[in-house]
Amino acid sequence: MDVLIIGLLLGGIYALMAMGLQLQYGVARIMNLANGEILVAAALSTFWFYTALHVSPFLALLAIVPAAFGLNWAIYRYLMLPLVRRARSQGHLEVDSILATFGLSFISVGVLLAVFGGHYLNYSYLAVPFRIFGENYGLNRVAAFLGASAICAGLYVWLVRTRPGLTLRAIAVNPQAAGLVGIDVVKVSAFGFALGGAVTATGGALLSMFLTFDASIGVIFTLKALVIVILGGVSDVRGAIAASFILGLTETLVATFVDPGLTIAAAYVLFLAILLLRPQGLFGRRPA
Amino acid sequence: MKKRGLLTVATLACAASLILSGAGNAQQVMKIGAVAPKTGPLGGGAAVTHWPNVQLWVQQVNARGGLKLKSGQVKIEIIEYDDQTSPGETIKAVERLATQDKADFILQPYSTGLNLAAAPTYAKYDYPQVATTAISDQIPALAQRYPGLFFVLGDTTSYARSVADILKKMRDEGKLGTKVAMVNVADAFGIELANAARPIFKERGFELVYDRSYPLGTQDLAPVVKAAKAANPDAFVAWSYPIDTFILTEQAKIEGLNVKAFYVAVASAFPAFAEKFGKSAEGILGAGGINHDAAETQAYVKAHREITGKAPDNWASIVTYAGFQILEQAIEAVGTKDRKAVTEYIRNNAFNTAMGPIKFEKQNNEKFWTVGQWQNGVFYGVASTGRPGAKPIVAKPSW
Repeated sequence: MDVLIIGLLLGGIYALMAMGLQLQYGVARIMNLANGEILVAAALSTFWFYTALHVSPFLALLAIVPAAFGLNWAIYRYLMLPLVRRARSQGHLEVDSILATFGLSFISVGVLLAVFGGHYLNYSYLAVPFRIFGENYGLNRVAAFLGASAICAGLYVWLVRTRPGLTLRAIAVNPQAAGLVGIDVVKVSAFGFALGGAVTATGGALLSMFLTFDASIGVIFTLKALVIVILGGVSDVRGAIAASFILGLTETLVATFVDPGLTIAAAYVLFLAILLLRPQGLFGRRPA
Repeated sequence: MKKRGLLTVATLACAASLILSGAGNAQQVMKIGAVAPKTGPLGGGAAVTHWPNVQLWVQQVNARGGLKLKSGQVKIEIIEYDDQTSPGETIKAVERLATQDKADFILQPYSTGLNLAAAPTYAKYDYPQVATTAISDQIPALAQRYPGLFFVLGDTTSYARSVADILKKMRDEGKLGTKVAMVNVADAFGIELANAARPIFKERGFELVYDRSYPLGTQDLAPVVKAAKAANPDAFVAWSYPIDTFILTEQAKIEGLNVKAFYVAVASAFPAFAEKFGKSAEGILGAGGINHDAAETQAYVKAHREITGKAPDNWASIVTYAGFQILEQAIEAVGTKDRKAVTEYIRNNAFNTAMGPIKFEKQNNEKFWTVGQWQNGVFYGVASTGRPGAKPIVAKPSW
């Protein structure tokens, strides 16, 4: 039982890392390699809010999420849109955006370094035991899990039940056709990209309660998110959510019953197996 | 005509004096290179242990007028490079400092891996390299291969042996049982220490009830701490890196893993550790330690706080600074920029540093701190291989 719960908690952490990237790629078709830096920027800002202003991480979200939304909207509008406009094909845009965001990630690391310094930054928040079925879990990890669940549920309902969600999905399925039926593709893509950035920033703020960050650690989160997004299928947010929990459970089961040294190996075996058996990912559609 | 001649002479004199003074200016700086991570996996560690000491040392030397050479005092001009924690970049930066920047000396790089990676390049250009953040069991062989490479931080086995000795002493005093849970990060550092520790623990009569590694960069160590707790150990030893040190400690507290001796290797000596864990840090053991009672150490900590605005860590910070002091004292004693002579001087002479006297035996400093412990908010050295001032060890209270 405790293994399942630890696995679910870890899955929640992974979902926080991956959902934003999935949204950005799924809707705006930008494989944002600077995603990890957004997460780190949010985590370090939360650290600053907590230590300098004594503002709880949850309250800090009120400032960080809109800021991240605006920043990512601007990144799309001013940095990515020229690439989108000049791209001759989907593949062309992907290569361009990967190169551009790769460069952006270096710039972001430099900025973070200048603003926050290169130190390890962390703090202690809700680091108290929380009992579920007689076993102890970190309350901060449980809180992050609840946050992840809320975002998952909210996103899912919004995407499936509402009209703006529908337009977002329409673009994810086929940007050309979406344009033909009167959807402002640029505007909705920018919104999707910004929303993805805001979700990533929420993840960073929640993760900062128990993980240690420094200015240049973002690439670790980008890589993990990339694996999860590909595992889940790049065009469906449900895929990223499912993949996060599968990964979390697998790693925890392996760590408990086999050897903690093999968790990363197990994750990549799973990754390979999915790529071999279902190259489009768990929830991906086969290219027509 | 005559007038014109005079003018020419005056112009020439002017030009000559300009050239001379230019040459004089060039002589008045000592170009010193610094290469270490500002970004990458070790950027966080270097930001605590390495870079503030570069700032401190350069500022102090320049404030007193510079390095005293036979030709007069010269100020230090520092040239910094970020190697991004990549050995290839460290080597490139050292090459660049040697050939393009024409650095007179280069401060040592940061970490075991980057020091060893750069050692051939330092040797190629005859730069002395006083490695202060490298621990290795290969010191004699490395020292023989690179005559300008010096080790200050010690050898791997001593760190493992000190931990085992502390546990044995606690057991002999009746404070501890025989069951030890040991974990390590699965990279060169953790594996080497765990391999060194295993036979030593056995020899001292300890039983390893849990012995596992976990991959570098693991974000959740709950399964590891749970399993370690289930083995019901008397002591917990982790050969861990900074980020996992923080995760393991928080998880052990949440899990209620109460042991009489709790050791987490790297970053337990960082000020950030005490800031994060507050009173819970009490009694926690970690690699390093310094003698807070020594006057030279107190002066160093005070200057570090004043000039960099931050406290030094309680392990390799002061060792790094001592490495710079050794270079400084050797350059002044030789009195020129002759790198071979400076290396020779370091090899054969004793130095007074912030961590006390240092004299190299076959390029190795044999007296270093191995274990420290948080006691009343201060990380004291509790075990060393011959440094005075060790505090008695206390059993760890419950979380």
